Amino acid sequence: MPGNKAPLIELKAATKRFPKNGGGIHTAIRDVNLSIAPGEFVAVVGPTGCGKSTTLSLISGLQPASEGETYVRGDRVTGIPAGVGYMFQADATLPWQTVLDNVASGPRYRGASKAEARAQAREWVQRVGLGKFEKYYPHQLSGGMRKRVALAQTLVNEPEIMLMDEPFSALDVQTRQLMQQELLRLWSGSDAAVVFVTHDLEEAIALADRVVIMTASPATIKAEFRVDLPRPRDVEEVRLTPEFLAIYRQVWDSLRDEVEQARATAGQPDAK
Amino acid sequence: MTSPTISAAPPVGPGYALSAENEATLLAGVRKSNRNAALKVWALRAVIVAVWLGSWELTATYVIDPFFYSKPSLIWDRLIQWFSAGTQFGSVWENIGYTVLEATAGFAIGTVAGIVLGVLLGRSRYMAQVFSPFIKAANAVPRIVLAALFIIWFGFGISSKIATVVVLVFFAVFFNAFTGAREVDGNVVNNARILGASKRKILTSIVLPSATTWILSSLHTAFGFALIGAIVGEYAGAKHGMGMLIANAQGTFDSAGIYAGMIIVTVVALLAESLITTAENKLLKWRPSQVQNQIKGI
Ligand SMILES: Nc1ncnc2c1ncn2[C@@H]1O[C@H](COP(=O)(O)OP(=O)(O)OP(=O)(O)O)[C@@H](O)[C@H]1O
Ligand SMILES: [Mg+2]
Repeated sequence: MPGNKAPLIELKAATKRFPKNGGGIHTAIRDVNLSIAPGEFVAVVGPTGCGKSTTLSLISGLQPASEGETYVRGDRVTGIPAGVGYMFQADATLPWQTVLDNVASGPRYRGASKAEARAQAREWVQRVGLGKFEKYYPHQLSGGMRKRVALAQTLVNEPEIMLMDEPFSALDVQTRQLMQQELLRLWSGSDAAVVFVTHDLEEAIALADRVVIMTASPATIKAEFRVDLPRPRDVEEVRLTPEFLAIYRQVWDSLRDEVEQARATAGQPDAK
Repeated sequence: MTSPTISAAPPVGPGYALSAENEATLLAGVRKSNRNAALKVWALRAVIVAVWLGSWELTATYVIDPFFYSKPSLIWDRLIQWFSAGTQFGSVWENIGYTVLEATAGFAIGTVAGIVLGVLLGRSRYMAQVFSPFIKAANAVPRIVLAALFIIWFGFGISSKIATVVVLVFFAVFFNAFTGAREVDGNVVNNARILGASKRKILTSIVLPSATTWILSSLHTAFGFALIGAIVGEYAGAKHGMGMLIANAQGTFDSAGIYAGMIIVTVVALLAESLITTAENKLLKWRPSQVQNQIKGI
């Protein structure tokens, strides 16, 4: 059980501010303390616009914290740490490359030969169920298919830290469950830590070891819930167990206040 | 690897299944209607040209003075004469060759310089800030006048013309390459960085391809500028080239000769344009509009 190992990822009093449109400063997250062990699966939930994606971008090293620090493997993050995979919330596939070449780009950047990279990529394209669409360009795919390309693109590098920003939100229920199941299978076979942002509380509980709730903007960590459901889990079956429902009720009670507060302040961002 | 694939439904091809003969008749129908549409377009074009040339010929024969305005039959005779007997300055092919050589050499140099500088400045906020007033000023200069200066500097040979072409082409390409490099989707760049791309790889595998759309669209106008630069350079003083032939025709009040020169240059420009379009279609085959062009109407 993770928790007693040295943390793989650590946020220490991390604060991130952005310049607001039309002057002023917007604090996206403040004083976030989070520590994630190797091999741990952590789900992050919180009201929309609170700062979940911002938290991921701090861990990825794409953005520096305004205050506080981020550590990966005990080293302070200044650039992109090794072994990080990041599946963005927005579409980030290369429009001028086919599905196969998009997935192959990771190994290519890391020095694999073209044939090698393509062989690796082909395997992953098939695993995410896009074998027939290898030669398609992204604009010829549906939104959900593009998400799967992004998933394959991230996983082909076999990252040790997987940052996933609402990866399955564009999929239909059945495909989503299949992808969740596959993600769990891949993750359990590796020693990767996953930070998984989602709006779907059921998904968070079904997948994660720990669910982290963020408050309405400016976000900080409100509560954490350990999910001690036995593994390996069947994402479909586990939802029906009484243990699942008990945890769900607990987590939802905590999240509801934040969602309501976010809704109340929505449309008046300058109130404060 | 025998890992299960994860798609909800068995992956069928794009679109639902059509029976083979159904698909064949559908495609044949599309092809036929495309052919008919093309035929109609070309027919109307032919009529427009015939009416235009015919009315010009008639007015020049009966109403206005063909000495000043020339007419299609005279221009045709001049073209025949140039291509069969040659001009007073050597064969017409040789003159075309000079103009094309100057235009393409200058075009190549100007394009490469424009892309390199445009992309570099587009990716460096600091450099862009430093250089932007200089570039704006240089762009505001009426550069075509430089043709005269270059003749003083480089003489009557082809180098002065190439220099004129370079300054015209450079700015056309530069601004597009600059914008293209600047408009690169930040998400895509971040994704590449996460996937392990070095700075140089990001430039060559992300920035350049995404700027390509912008750069290619500038090449159409840039080649037009290249021909104008070459012709104006020759017009200002040269021993060979279409610009010189046109200048000479003007000096001898040979209006048919001016038109003939214009027509030849136009044909060259159209050929170059089609080459550029071909290259563009090849390089941008991933673009939605490009793919749709091939299958429109189904
Ligand atoms: N680059 C930026 N510049 C300015 N403000 C930003 C920037 N990125 C994020 N923000 C602001 O920070 C806040 C948090 O954004 P973030 O994307 O982290 O939210 P989120 O929790 O991921 O929301 P969602 O669930 O809708 O994806 C938002 O109010 C947003 O406007
Ligand atoms: Mg987000």
